[in-house]
Amino acid sequence: MPISPTDEAIRQAGRIVLGKERQIRLALVCILARGHLLIEDLPGVGKTILAHVLAKLLGLNFHRIQCTADMLPADIIGVSIYDRNSGGFQFHPGPIFAQMILVDEINRATPKSQSALLEAMEEHQVTCEGETRVLPDPFFVIATQNPYHQIGTFPLPESQLDRFLMRIEMGYPDRAAERELLAGADRRDMVASLAPCMEPGELIELQRAAREVHVSEALVAYAQAIAEHTRLSPDYETGLSPRAALALLRAARAWALIDHRDLVLPEDIQAVLPAVAGHRLHPASGAPASSSTDLAAALISEVPIP
Amino acid sequence: MAARRKSLPLARNQELWLLACAVLTLAPDVEHAPTWLAAVAGMALAWRATIWWRRAALPPRWILSFLVVAGSAGVFLTYRQFFGKDPGIALLILFLVLKLLEMGRVRDGLAVVFLCYFLLLTHFLNAQGLDVAGFTLAALVAITAALASLANAGLSATANLRLSALMLAQAAPFMLVLFLLFPRVQGPLWGMPIDAYSGMSGLSDTMSPGSISNLSLSGEIAFRAKFEGELPPKHMLYWRGPVLGFYDGSTWRAGPRQAKVSLPDTAPGPAFRYSVTLEPHNKPWLFVLEMPGSLPPGAILSHEYQVLSKTPVRSRIRYELKSYPELVQGIDEAAASIDSHLRLPANNPRTRALAGQWRRESGDGEAVVHRMLDHIRQERFFYTLTPPLLGENSIDQFLFETRRGFCEHFASAFVFAMRAAGVPARVVTGYQGGERNPVDGYLIVRQSDAHAWAEVWLEGRGWLRIDPTAAVAPNRIEAGLASAVPVGEPLPFIVRADLSWLRQMRFRWEAVTNTWNQWVLGYDPQRQREVLSRLGLREPDWKAMTAIMAVLCGLLLLGLTAWALHKRARHDPTLGAWNRLSRKLARVGLARKDWEGPEDYARRVALARPELGHGLAAIAALYIDLRYGRLSGTEARRKLRRLVADLNIPSRR
Repeated sequence: MPISPTDEAIRQAGRIVLGKERQIRLALVCILARGHLLIEDLPGVGKTILAHVLAKLLGLNFHRIQCTADMLPADIIGVSIYDRNSGGFQFHPGPIFAQMILVDEINRATPKSQSALLEAMEEHQVTCEGETRVLPDPFFVIATQNPYHQIGTFPLPESQLDRFLMRIEMGYPDRAAERELLAGADRRDMVASLAPCMEPGELIELQRAAREVHVSEALVAYAQAIAEHTRLSPDYETGLSPRAALALLRAARAWALIDHRDLVLPEDIQAVLPAVAGHRLHPASGAPASSSTDLAAALISEVPIP
Repeated sequence: MAARRKSLPLARNQELWLLACAVLTLAPDVEHAPTWLAAVAGMALAWRATIWWRRAALPPRWILSFLVVAGSAGVFLTYRQFFGKDPGIALLILFLVLKLLEMGRVRDGLAVVFLCYFLLLTHFLNAQGLDVAGFTLAALVAITAALASLANAGLSATANLRLSALMLAQAAPFMLVLFLLFPRVQGPLWGMPIDAYSGMSGLSDTMSPGSISNLSLSGEIAFRAKFEGELPPKHMLYWRGPVLGFYDGSTWRAGPRQAKVSLPDTAPGPAFRYSVTLEPHNKPWLFVLEMPGSLPPGAILSHEYQVLSKTPVRSRIRYELKSYPELVQGIDEAAASIDSHLRLPANNPRTRALAGQWRRESGDGEAVVHRMLDHIRQERFFYTLTPPLLGENSIDQFLFETRRGFCEHFASAFVFAMRAAGVPARVVTGYQGGERNPVDGYLIVRQSDAHAWAEVWLEGRGWLRIDPTAAVAPNRIEAGLASAVPVGEPLPFIVRADLSWLRQMRFRWEAVTNTWNQWVLGYDPQRQREVLSRLGLREPDWKAMTAIMAVLCGLLLLGLTAWALHKRARHDPTLGAWNRLSRKLARVGLARKDWEGPEDYARRVALARPELGHGLAAIAALYIDLRYGRLSGTEARRKLRRLVADLNIPSRR
């Protein structure tokens, strides 16, 4: 039996991003579910490497946007410049025209630039000087932000957060993984030597397959019960929106796919729930403070599977 | 989790629920509580509502402590004690409103809810009518809804009310079983203070001009009667009450009571069987249709054929009787008794003179009776609720000057004249007529049907009923008071004949009230025996009833549980098999957690009991295909059931 390309990608990525199999899987699921990923963590825990590795393994061309406060939307989308030879304006595409984009420190960009970027993510197209240009397909954005340094930043409003299918945290590697990392070869060289593990059209094929994974009525009832619980329970400020419930099912389908199943189980919902619901839930003002990811994890144990 | 929630602060909608409940619960107390307490409670509620409205802080502890002490002192000063019904209720009211003022957390909210439940119950100590019961039910739904909102602040008001109604509906069968079977005791469970009966109206054992016409102004119900078969004709509907044989010149009084136990074995004419539901009137007499042929248990018959209870009637009672309208009594009346019915004070000379003249002219007692009735018919007498006031020689004045009077004037003058003419006579008071409620067929007799008539004793014929009012106003007997008095008299609103829609509504309401009185408030040991024997249970004692009650409650509980379980598993037999597996494994401590997915569960069980791993993997795989995959069909479901049934769990350790 040939090794499936997703298993191979996970295995290869796991050799470079050590001890982070769960995050690798979630990132892959996010791509397969045609969503975008927000990684929240300190610098230096492997966010960039993860993005590089995934781009390389999936055979996607890769751009990186480093966000700053003086960045303009044109710096992302591109700009038309007068060309003397042809006598007309020539569009010079910005870094957004790539299949995978890493947007570093998205919360340092001004709201104007943020919204240009997030609009492109949502629409899969950009409009520049009256002309609409379609972005490449597949199109996948990994944005990072550092949650601990808030000075001089523009935190993403909730409506923008909602554009990201998932939010994950990297976390420090465990002891063994860190030792291996320190002792091993340079990660950049390793990335450079990686070979893609799937053909160009294969990723689009996998995304289509993910959409077709079977979701039974019982499972829809489970997703609905979870959303309903967040709306009724006093522990949450606001409940999950119908869009969030849809996102939950979309991500669960992709998770089932990389698990080689053609049906979604409650376990799949539970696996993606913290990543999908974490940034969409806020603890109620009266309840003791807890991180929204913990809140999502607690949610699992409060909702019986119907 | 539970511990954390308990200390949660109340949400604003929860506070509003609780406040509304408190207001609803306290509303009926305004009538009964001391004025100062009602004012204090009103102010405290307004204060708490202002705090809610402005989102202000609750008052500090020392103010509340002061209010507790001051309020308790007030209750003590009002009642001079803390024990008993009224001071107890007053304290509950006080503590409820003060609890509202320190209500900040869910825990306080629960205390308020339970205080409300308790206080709601105390309303029944003051009144037990259908209106009180309806109000209590509504308040009960609201309080339970508040309880539901405490458990889950996110629910909407409608969802809370729906949940509350559902819970109460589930409790209803238990209520019914307890109501029907709980061993009954006679009378109310709590003692009533004596002054509680002072407000009751009804006939008294004296009669003077104005006493019955005053009573006639009341539309209150005196009693209801239900006949087996046809109603007797109107002119036979004389309900016998106190018999008054002594006259002191202004007031008729009853003589000393002498018991007479014997009843006629046989009697001429038709017999009527009926039951009477008598409203409490704080007097011992029981009203019966003339003449009684049987006695209710525990009642005695006086020598004047008046039926008396041994104690004053202080709660609604029901008794069954048989009457013979044509029965004549007193044929062998003792000479002393006849003598006493001839005694008269020395006033009213003109009446005496007239009566003496009649006696001389006709000689015969019966002829004198007819002379008197003819006199009333032929002279210009008026039947009115508002007769002029009379002086010392009241009967002379009435017969020769004013000629306007109500039934007591006519009865009194008639009896006086008879005695003056040497015919033994006496006044009988009671009720005449009544109104048949077309809705439930009960005959309703009101205070406005109060009446007085006369009896004369004729040699060889006994006591005969003569109604002089019939001579002046035959309509009073045939059609009731409303059609007999002139238009414009101050009749009670309820008996007026001109508002037919109002009468229809009243009939309906009174029929409902009567059903409530008969079957809910009047559900005493006797009724209970009746109902149970109709259900096939003869002469049950309290032990049998308790046993049946326990069995029925158990069965109901089983039924409700089965229903709830069935509702949970109804949609999917697959899920049923899966839940059975969990129950099976629960015996070895491996029940499925209700949030655990099938693969996780199978893995956990396999880890704990490797020998089960294989079987469980097969079950989980089939279950997953059936419930989450595209597989369906009874064959596969049956297989799943069989796999679950066949799974052998060896108990080790």
